[in-house]
Amino acid sequence: MSAASKLLIFGGIALAAFGMLYGLHYALFVEHQTLDGMGGSLMTAFTGAARGHMPEAHGAIAAYGATRYDYVRQVDVHSHWIGLAMLMIVLGVAMDHVALRDRFRFWIALSLLLGSVVFPLGVLLQSESQGAAWAAATTVVGAVIVTIALAAMVVGFARQSG
Amino acid sequence: MAVWEPPPIPPGGGQRGPAGGGVRIAPKDTPANVAATFPAMGARRLLVFGGIALIAGGMLFGDIFAVFVLHQNGGQTGEALLAASRAVAAQNPSGVKDAFGQIGSLLEDRGTKIDAHVHMTDAGYLALLLALVQPYVALSAERKKFLAKLFLTGGTLLPVGIFLIHYVGLAYSPFSVIGWASVLADSAGALLIIALIGQMWGLWNHFRSMRVGAVEAELPEDRSWERRALLSGGTLLVLIGFLHGAWYAGTMLYEHEARETGILETMLNSASANDMTAAGRSVADYGALQAEKAVNIAAHSHIIEFGLLAILLSFVQPYVFLGAEWKRRWVTLLLAGSVILPAFVLLELRMGLVAGGIADIGGLMVIAALIGMLVGVLRYSGRLDAGPGATA
Repeated sequence: MSAASKLLIFGGIALAAFGMLYGLHYALFVEHQTLDGMGGSLMTAFTGAARGHMPEAHGAIAAYGATRYDYVRQVDVHSHWIGLAMLMIVLGVAMDHVALRDRFRFWIALSLLLGSVVFPLGVLLQSESQGAAWAAATTVVGAVIVTIALAAMVVGFARQSG
Repeated sequence: MAVWEPPPIPPGGGQRGPAGGGVRIAPKDTPANVAATFPAMGARRLLVFGGIALIAGGMLFGDIFAVFVLHQNGGQTGEALLAASRAVAAQNPSGVKDAFGQIGSLLEDRGTKIDAHVHMTDAGYLALLLALVQPYVALSAERKKFLAKLFLTGGTLLPVGIFLIHYVGLAYSPFSVIGWASVLADSAGALLIIALIGQMWGLWNHFRSMRVGAVEAELPEDRSWERRALLSGGTLLVLIGFLHGAWYAGTMLYEHEARETGILETMLNSASANDMTAAGRSVADYGALQAEKAVNIAAHSHIIEFGLLAILLSFVQPYVFLGAEWKRRWVTLLLAGSVILPAFVLLELRMGLVAGGIADIGGLMVIAALIGMLVGVLRYSGRLDAGPGATA
């Protein structure tokens, strides 16, 4: 097994374990409260409107929007860390079929690992600091690194020999 | 615990299965090194069969769900939201609660079916992935086979349990919030976790002890057209899905979020002003927005999952005992279906049910290709098990 394969497989397992632990922590301590908050906000908005309390209804809709913004990104972070980790493990098994030089394969593996960590981290930072440009920039940098690494792997897989 | 040993090489260069069975000689036309990686009813064979069957079953369920449940469920949810708006107009808070109760039930119906589909296909992907790493799982053949059976049992029962949650509810349950179907799903999930812990323990044993390379014969080396097409095509699908997700997040996600709260505000304002025409329009807008989000997320996730499937299936190709032309046909069909389904799911917003129908055909193409490959693997196994004297 090449160094690039090992990096992707072990990096993928570590990232998957981290993503699962993050998801478990979120599910145990945050998710139920968040879901209750979203459902409760919508119910409050409609029942408030039915009672003619429109400021309360609008406040509840705003609370629903804010909670949903956070929820979507937290779920995205969790699922993308695990999803990218799964992809890394599978590509790690297939890495020896990338018809490129060993050194180049190692750099692809390293880039994929780096991008897979940074991209969801950027999404998490967007959730923590809404509207921060640096958080969005972190996400974009991670996504670009993953894109370049995947494109290089497509070329390597399609080639007959390295 | 039972320890593993490097597989003994029988005299004459034949291959012995790691299960400790008799000398197994590769049948005619079957390379011996490939045959050695696929012992009769060994863990890898079980995981390959079970994995492909779970993926095909999960996809078929997803197709049936998309045709017979998804759109109808969306329509009923819209009607319940309209009922909630009417209750607001009638200043009837208990009517709002009833409508939200109905929306909750509809969301549970839809959610459990999507979860059943996702968990069945994902268990299939994991089974194929585990089949790939079997050479590095340092456990006895019997234990590996037991873990494979445990995993496949859990992978089958988990989606069944999830599917039944909506129908069984809390009937005859001794618990206040957990029904028997949830108990079944959770127990099946526990089986999967136990099986995965066992596999990780085997991997740990292997990498801790560097006495030999692989525990059993490694996957055959192969740079055939099928493998290259599946590897490069699969990675390209993942890349396209990734780019689509980035484009969606960059250009549409924030706008969708702002639009959703805006629509809800308008809906409430219209209903409280007793303007049910405007409220009805808002409900329709809300449904359209949910559909817009759903097709983008479905296209993103399906194209990436099909990419992963193609990459995983590239490793199964040496076990597909079919003519080269048929192997290429199944690979082409799989990749074509993998593009058609997500592309036409996205086009549903513009083309309506016609695009939905074509997307379903794309799903059926992937299922047909999977079944074709499964038949090839079954033929391979039959030929291998029948021994050198067997005829095709």
